[in-house]
Amino acid sequence: MAELTLKSPCEGLLPVTCGALTLKEATPGPLTTIAPFKGQEAALSKALKKAHGMAFPGPNESTEGKAGARAIWFGRDMALLTGAAPAEGLSEHAALTDQSAGWAVVTLEGVGGEEVLARLCPVDFRLAEFPVGATSRAELKHMMASVTRLEEASFQIMVFRSLAQTLVHDLKTAMEALAARG
Amino acid sequence: MRITCPLCGERDRREFYYKGAALERPAAEADLDAWHAHVHLRENPAGELEELWYHEMGCNSWLRVTRDTATHEITDVVLAADAGLGGAR
Repeated sequence: MAELTLKSPCEGLLPVTCGALTLKEATPGPLTTIAPFKGQEAALSKALKKAHGMAFPGPNESTEGKAGARAIWFGRDMALLTGAAPAEGLSEHAALTDQSAGWAVVTLEGVGGEEVLARLCPVDFRLAEFPVGATSRAELKHMMASVTRLEEASFQIMVFRSLAQTLVHDLKTAMEALAARG
Repeated sequence: MRITCPLCGERDRREFYYKGAALERPAAEADLDAWHAHVHLRENPAGELEELWYHEMGCNSWLRVTRDTATHEITDVVLAADAGLGGAR
């Protein structure tokens, strides 16, 4: 039988450094979308808190739990659990779908990340409007992306895995354009 | 043109997909004329119109948007799920 080799979505493409900014591939562990069943929102949030240490995030928010777990709002009535496999009991309250191999995840680190994103997304990512922990489902150069501010100078950007090369190309071009302006 | 999504906030039009008039679904047992009107007949006002838009680049919600077809002014946006378009069951 053929030997299958695990390849990360951005293998061979990253890291890239340009001026003050570095684009890296992130490996946040298992990715699972959590879609609460009708009327189960409160029970799910409680179960999530007990199992992983964080509440179900509201629109445009992410919540941080224990042991690297994070829940990122991922659209209407949906959150993405990163950094931990979902606990057993969660499936009583929500539909869980493993997305681990489906998304390319990168982090844009350094001062001026919002100015790179301003060239690609029609959303205001400045700190005052988009504080640490804020998240957004938005267009990123025609791709459906999820953007989360992990730290003041660190954004996590996700697109479908098949778009990894395009994502890296577009972010790199924007980083170069920003660096060229000085 | 910008649309204020109830979940995501104000976003550019390019994030949305347009469906058409937002109509209340007739009851399943409604007569043929009611279904004919629902499927085929539309108002074409030069003014306010309730429409369905899909936030495909954002939160994946269907929205009922009230838009002036002459000026593109948007006066109301609600989640289609909350707009009572499902009709009598």
